[in-house]
Amino acid sequence: MSTTAPQAETSAVAPSRGMRFTGWAANYVDERTSASTAVKALGRKIFPDHWSFMLGEVALYSFIVILLSGTFLTFFFDPSMTEVEYEGSYVPLQGIPMSVAYHSALDISFEIRGGLLMRQVHHWAALLFVASIGLHMLRVFFTGAFRKPREFNWIVGFLLFVMAMALGFTGYSLPDDLLSGNGLRIIDGMIKAVPVAGAWISYLLFGDEFPGTDIIPRLYVLHIMLLPAITIALIGIHMVLLIVNKHTQFAAPGRTNDNVVGSPVLPGFAAKAGGFFFIVFGVIVLIASFFTINPIWNYGPYDPSPVSAGTQPDWYIGFADGALRLIPPHLDWVDPLGYTWPFGVLIPLVGLLVFLAAVALYPFFEAWVTGDKREHHIAERPRNAPVRTAIGAAGVTFYAALWAAASSDLIATHFRLSIEGVIHALQFATVAGPFIAYFITKRVCLALQRKDREIALHGFESGRIVRLPGGEYIEVHEQLDDFERWRLVSFDEYQPIMIRPNAQGRITVAQRARAGLSRWFFEDRIAPVTKGELESQAHH
Amino acid sequence: MSDAHDGPGGETAGTAVAQLDDHQAQAPAVAVVRADRIENPGFPPERLRVTDLDPKKEKQAERTISLLFFLSIIGSVLAVAAYILFPIEEGDFGTIRINNMLLGVGITLGLLGIGIGAVHWSKALMHGHEEVEERHLTRGSDASRERAVEIFSEANKESGFTRRSLMRNTMIGALIATPIPAIALFRDLAPAEDPVALLKHTMWEAGVRLTRDPSGTPIKASDVTIGSAFHVIPEGLAELESHRLEEKAKAAVLLMRLPVDELNEREDRASWSYDGIVAYSKICTHVGCPVALYEQQTHHLLCPCHQSQFDVANHCEVIFGPAARPLPQLPIAVDDEGYLIAQSDFTEPVGPSFWERAL
Repeated sequence: MSTTAPQAETSAVAPSRGMRFTGWAANYVDERTSASTAVKALGRKIFPDHWSFMLGEVALYSFIVILLSGTFLTFFFDPSMTEVEYEGSYVPLQGIPMSVAYHSALDISFEIRGGLLMRQVHHWAALLFVASIGLHMLRVFFTGAFRKPREFNWIVGFLLFVMAMALGFTGYSLPDDLLSGNGLRIIDGMIKAVPVAGAWISYLLFGDEFPGTDIIPRLYVLHIMLLPAITIALIGIHMVLLIVNKHTQFAAPGRTNDNVVGSPVLPGFAAKAGGFFFIVFGVIVLIASFFTINPIWNYGPYDPSPVSAGTQPDWYIGFADGALRLIPPHLDWVDPLGYTWPFGVLIPLVGLLVFLAAVALYPFFEAWVTGDKREHHIAERPRNAPVRTAIGAAGVTFYAALWAAASSDLIATHFRLSIEGVIHALQFATVAGPFIAYFITKRVCLALQRKDREIALHGFESGRIVRLPGGEYIEVHEQLDDFERWRLVSFDEYQPIMIRPNAQGRITVAQRARAGLSRWFFEDRIAPVTKGELESQAHH
Repeated sequence: MSDAHDGPGGETAGTAVAQLDDHQAQAPAVAVVRADRIENPGFPPERLRVTDLDPKKEKQAERTISLLFFLSIIGSVLAVAAYILFPIEEGDFGTIRINNMLLGVGITLGLLGIGIGAVHWSKALMHGHEEVEERHLTRGSDASRERAVEIFSEANKESGFTRRSLMRNTMIGALIATPIPAIALFRDLAPAEDPVALLKHTMWEAGVRLTRDPSGTPIKASDVTIGSAFHVIPEGLAELESHRLEEKAKAAVLLMRLPVDELNEREDRASWSYDGIVAYSKICTHVGCPVALYEQQTHHLLCPCHQSQFDVANHCEVIFGPAARPLPQLPIAVDDEGYLIAQSDFTEPVGPSFWERAL
């Protein structure tokens, strides 16, 4: 068989007569795709290991679960707002007028085997998706993994976070039940507050006055096509940049800024990550089998008049809802031309946008303040960047206060407090909390650094008490070995920028601002232990 | 990926750090690099796993993993069995729960079996020690950067992109202009009327009876006892063929009766109530939720969405929460038959504030 066939195929085939099917298939594919190049480049690529690197994986895998369960749901869901009378098997709603969308969501839950399971898988996976993105972002922030060269990937990840919220909100609205309809009503109210064009934007979005009969089909197109397409594209970019930049790793003996230490994709990492996908999927299905989420049949179809107490959005919209609740009353302002500025809605709206913009742009701000143009591949321990960690803690506190405010009424009823008291406390927490959190976190970081220094220099308390000949008792300290010590001493150290005149001999305002910020970042700092210190300590 | 760095400029990331330190005089970078910093001690001795040391344990792990994969197969079969054996019976909620649970447990077993098995395989049996790969600077090699610049300048020369500026600028202008029709196309997302006019009017007008929500039966003034509250829609709304929800979203009203001596009424609105019976828009002036909770002892209305509170005794003034304005009052009267009717439409737009609201 090896004599007559021309060129490539013969040469690949000739050496082994007992060629197996896999070999033949691999050759067949490679000759048409150059797949071996990709395998060569990626097959033994090294991925470092740390439990916190799993958070992004959870986000990716729950998104795949969302795609799979969502596709199933599209086969049965009908996003029409045409009014029909309910004729399904759920007795309490029989004969009640409702939209086709709500009817078909009920049918998925009650008439289709596994339909309720898939709805719950989809909803639980969505909640997990946003949660894991949030935690993943916190991990990246607090370890400084957004630093050069990963600033772009931070932005891509941030956009994915926004997409996740948008996907969540559009999906939450689709069943057209009472709860989600009230959510849309709130969105409508916020849009109407937009200066100049608010009433028009709302009118165009809803296709009529609120609620109209277009919004559900329009959100459906966004939810199942446009937003997922953008999200998939962004995930693609996120992954490509991850491969180009390679993953960060935590400081450990042998690991440097110039290497990656971990397990290769094939087989170890692929098996572990692939297995982890099934675990995430399995856990989501397990939760969906036992725990109800969004029981739309309890809420009834949307009607602008009724609403139940204790209503809450899905958790990731909570911070926006909380911001709306915390603003003080009487903030409408009619300008001299007669136009209305609803500051009671605009201030929370703009505040949230500023907060999100600050999150997105932080890497560039820190890079400018530190003036650090090096590449960073070692994930920092949060304590070793006290000011950044403190800023992060302030941001988390701000978000948490707004988030808690979305449950202000439930907090008041559960703990038997007055709603006014809860709101005033949360208003205080929103404004003062970030400063308090900043101060405490920074001090804790510096204290932990001091403790690290102490341990690196003097060793750790062994718990062994020794009585000296003179009668004095001491506790014996045991020195760390070099490997343990390395984790405590291997961090970057900075000093504040000096103000220097530029080429024209002038000191610019920007230069002054930068020097001030740099002092803020690095004035209080703990230097890592040096060799000299360690040696002189050893002689004691 | 290493192909991208095979040029002469393929330095490691660490080299760049050293280079930058040389430039520190000019650069404002302020990383401190100490001469006597402690050096990386290199890799610690490898710790072997039990499966590396004990062939029995290795065999045991292999059996455990196979068992997990086998359980996964059983789970998938069970899921199909549950699908067939536990169908949903119409009207029986219990069967939905059973179907949901057993199907879910089967699928869970199918998934977790594979997942835990694969992770265990990876951690216990696959080649255990860590491997090292070199990092390179992310930037392209000097050679490829030079070549990229060269390509751009060749392209520029061949096309005359910078030289023929008229052509270039008109092209940019054309590119900016092309999406404009796409934006214009979206105008018909909504019918051509002016939303502002719509927002300023509701179904209420002089003589329209106040009726119960949702039944649409009219309300006699004598039915409204002190302390009671009615959810109200205008007469005819329940029978609307189209725009029922849109009209309801503007016209929903709360009707309450307070003891006359507890009602503080402004002079210009004294005729808007009837014997202590007052009617207010149910649509919150904050962002439009229905203000559905009435506390009859204090005469306060509470919006369940964002907890704005309105004092019914004082023309629904905002006493707490994010709302900016009082709820609009519907002027009411009683007709010959004793039924409550509206005197007119609301005298201001209901619901959330918008730009043209006060015009």
